[in-house]
Amino acid sequence: MSMTPLTATAGRLTSEGEPLNYLNNGHGLKSWLLTKDHKRIALLYLFSVSFFFIIGGIFALLIRINLLSPEGLFNPDTYNRIFTAHGIIMVFLFLVPAVPAVLGNFLLPIMIGAKDLAFPKINLLSWYCYVVAGIFLTVALIAGGIDTGWTFYTPYSTSYSNSNVLLAGVGIFIAGFSSILTGINFIVTVHTMRAPGMTWFRLPLFIWAHYATALVIMLGTPVLAITLSLMALERVAHVGIFDPAMGGDPVLFQHMFWFYSHPAVYIMVLPAMGVVSELIANLARKNIFGYKFVAMSSLAIAVFGFLVWGHHLFVSTQSIYLGIIFSFLSYAVAIPSAIKVFNWTATLFKGSISYDTPMIYGLGFIGLFLIGGMTGLFVAALGIDVHVTDTYFVIAHFHYVMVGGSLMGFLGGMHLWWGKITGRMYPEYWARAAMVIQFVGFNLTFFPQFILGYLGMPRRYAAYPPEFQVLHVLSTAGATILGLGMLITIIYFIWSLKNGERAPANPWGASGLEWRTSSPPPTENFLETPVVTWEAYEFAPIETMDVLGYPGDPGKPSQPVPAEHGTED
Amino acid sequence: MALIETETAPERIELHAEHHPHLAHHFESMEQQREAGTLGMWWFLLTEIMFFGGMFLAYTVYRHIYFDAFAAGSNVLSIWWGTFNTAVLIASSLTMALAVFHAQMGNSRKVVRFLLFTIILGTIFLRVKYIEYSDKFEEHVFPAGDFRWPIEHEANRPNNVGDMLLMLIGAEPLNSSPQGPEHAFSVKVTTKYAEKGPYYGVGGQVPEEVQDPGFGGHVRMYFWLYFAMTGFHALHMIIGIGLLLMLAWQARKGKFSREYHSYIELTGLYWHFVDIVWIFLFPLLYLVDRHL
Amino acid sequence: MSEHIVPKKIYYRIFGALLVGTALTVIFAFINLGNFNIVAALLIAIAKALLVITFFMHVKYSSRLTKLWVAVGFIWLFIMLAITMTDYLSRAWLVYRP
Ligand SMILES: [Cu+2]
Repeated sequence: MSMTPLTATAGRLTSEGEPLNYLNNGHGLKSWLLTKDHKRIALLYLFSVSFFFIIGGIFALLIRINLLSPEGLFNPDTYNRIFTAHGIIMVFLFLVPAVPAVLGNFLLPIMIGAKDLAFPKINLLSWYCYVVAGIFLTVALIAGGIDTGWTFYTPYSTSYSNSNVLLAGVGIFIAGFSSILTGINFIVTVHTMRAPGMTWFRLPLFIWAHYATALVIMLGTPVLAITLSLMALERVAHVGIFDPAMGGDPVLFQHMFWFYSHPAVYIMVLPAMGVVSELIANLARKNIFGYKFVAMSSLAIAVFGFLVWGHHLFVSTQSIYLGIIFSFLSYAVAIPSAIKVFNWTATLFKGSISYDTPMIYGLGFIGLFLIGGMTGLFVAALGIDVHVTDTYFVIAHFHYVMVGGSLMGFLGGMHLWWGKITGRMYPEYWARAAMVIQFVGFNLTFFPQFILGYLGMPRRYAAYPPEFQVLHVLSTAGATILGLGMLITIIYFIWSLKNGERAPANPWGASGLEWRTSSPPPTENFLETPVVTWEAYEFAPIETMDVLGYPGDPGKPSQPVPAEHGTED
Repeated sequence: MALIETETAPERIELHAEHHPHLAHHFESMEQQREAGTLGMWWFLLTEIMFFGGMFLAYTVYRHIYFDAFAAGSNVLSIWWGTFNTAVLIASSLTMALAVFHAQMGNSRKVVRFLLFTIILGTIFLRVKYIEYSDKFEEHVFPAGDFRWPIEHEANRPNNVGDMLLMLIGAEPLNSSPQGPEHAFSVKVTTKYAEKGPYYGVGGQVPEEVQDPGFGGHVRMYFWLYFAMTGFHALHMIIGIGLLLMLAWQARKGKFSREYHSYIELTGLYWHFVDIVWIFLFPLLYLVDRHL
Repeated sequence: MSEHIVPKKIYYRIFGALLVGTALTVIFAFINLGNFNIVAALLIAIAKALLVITFFMHVKYSSRLTKLWVAVGFIWLFIMLAITMTDYLSRAWLVYRP
């Protein structure tokens, strides 16, 4: 493959005198809704994912408001619908698509030096599937809600629930299609569309993480699809496949559901881990410690993640012998996760760290994910789990992983690449302030829940004994602070679109192909096909990095790393 | 106003002018485009394996728990239709493979012909499935309807090739009906498994709190899986036939050539996959405990 | 183009082999092999599926990568079946009559 010089485009300007980029190349609603440009689709996703994040967040606040008083402010039935809405929206419409469909979609082709994803039309179709899924779920919520919890356990969901289980099932089925289509695109693109010189071990760790995520999506999501299909058929026809009264086994439903839904945790957190690898390496300006270990640990997590689903069935009459095996295997997943954490920490060691917002998010991720992961070992232990099953301990645990992990990773990535995506920088002061507020609010929300759970507060209960009130009020206060922090972020992001400083091509002095094109990038990402001659995270002085987008401000010179540890590892 | 209203900058189009007209703008070569398509299709098929896998899992679990009921249900199906349909589907796989072969040779006329053969064979398969389904409705073993066990009234079953052909065109078979109630296979099946109770329970006893649906209920579980699995399979066949019709139309209009025929290949992969699913469904659904 | 063109006669041979396989499954189903009926049925089905995958779907002539992915698909299915069945086979409270 030869270099394709595109001198004809270089220096092309719009009628306003701006360099032509993906944002101003085509105007009007149609140019967005029918776009096949992965960057524009990423923005469509960003918009819709944020929308549902806000809705899901509002439901979260409603949950916390209900729990301000021991009797509960809403009636229990309403409360069931509120936490189910929160769970379904956050899991299927925010956490699963957030990082891959927004940041992954935008960056994956740029990072490997491709012009687009392999199947641009399928990529667009994926977004439309997401929208249709969102409509189904919204209708289900407006028309009375769903009261089964996001897990749809049978036979309650199939025989007894009087809520919109079918609508929600169809919605999640379609959302699954949306992630499968994204997953296919990622796998095929990484395999077939890398730029000349971009070998597998030169790929940024972000790509490795997304590749592993795509594997999980592709092998897990179809099982969710068939599980929900059988559940829906059972609800319509009532033939007893999951109904013990008719000879069915509800535990089979749980097996099938968690065969997807445990790996789904990795769909949510692996891409965020990829983001954190980028944050840490680029803002410590140091090659990641143990590149191959971090890359391979992503694949290991993807594979191990499929072998542990039974830890959700410890008290569901699953065979006790299998329980022991699942407990052991769940411990095994901690190994690749720990490899990542240790390698990030080792990367920081003697790096030239700048405490800009993305880095603080990265550090926040490490701390919170550590707590989330370690408490995961508690609940993976068969004996302790019997005590804390279905308590707030579990709630706190997975929120530390999902919010502390995935959300921190997502926001960190949004800050790191905000300039690349929009062409404008976010305001650093406000961003740091918001991050600190979120961090404090988050811990105040969920740390008390560990204690609550340990004391025996069951999840999904609308009311509780009065002695738990202090901890619940603390938690609600934390949620308010967390919400405020989110609000600040949303406001300054929107503000920066018009008023932010113009982003140079490489504001962080970072390595990686996405920093070698202009901010925002041109329609096909680079004006000429890049030829990669450097290793991943090889930090070069900025003057020596050619920008393959529009000529302009190249960005902040990268502070050269002192020679004695510049080439460690 | 923007300078350029279209998605693709015109310069790009000029640049690719010397390329194959079917090469998409973001690929460097036809080879790369083809590779991407094939890999994408394979990954789609992997998701299909897992999709059907969920049903195979349910099948395995319940067959394990309710083996006799599954055997009884399986013996109700017509082995003649099952075998016939297996052969039809294998033949359709052959014609599909030949269609791909001729596409690779650039022989459009033969591509159309073999695609049509494949469509016809696929339609015959669905026709047989339709006959089988209506028989099951008639015998009241459709699990979501008025399910009855044992079977009271039995539908016609073919027991030779001639009968099958007659029934395919909607005619009455010559000699397939059982000659009297004592020969009826459903009586045979029912007596064969009559004395066997359910396997399910603690210490071999059904605990009081478990309302056991009895043997008939377990047979119903078998038929539920039978309809779910063959139903989803038939749905895939219908989608496949739709795709083939589209391809045959395009091939007739001369869209495909020696260099560009990946859609035929990809649809071929899909069709063969659907065939493989049936290769497993046939023994698992039709051939449980046939020998008794 | 680097694609491999399989001679027509191979397709016809595979077709013949698949028909023979189908006949064999039916024949074996009518012989009482006890627990091995299902083993025979599955072995024949796997052999048939392998023929289709290898020749009709051209995997024999595809890259190692394609071979790997096909294997991954079936291995994952096996993981799901095997681990779940381990549960049903080792539940203390699920007792079977002989
Ligand atoms: Cu889990």
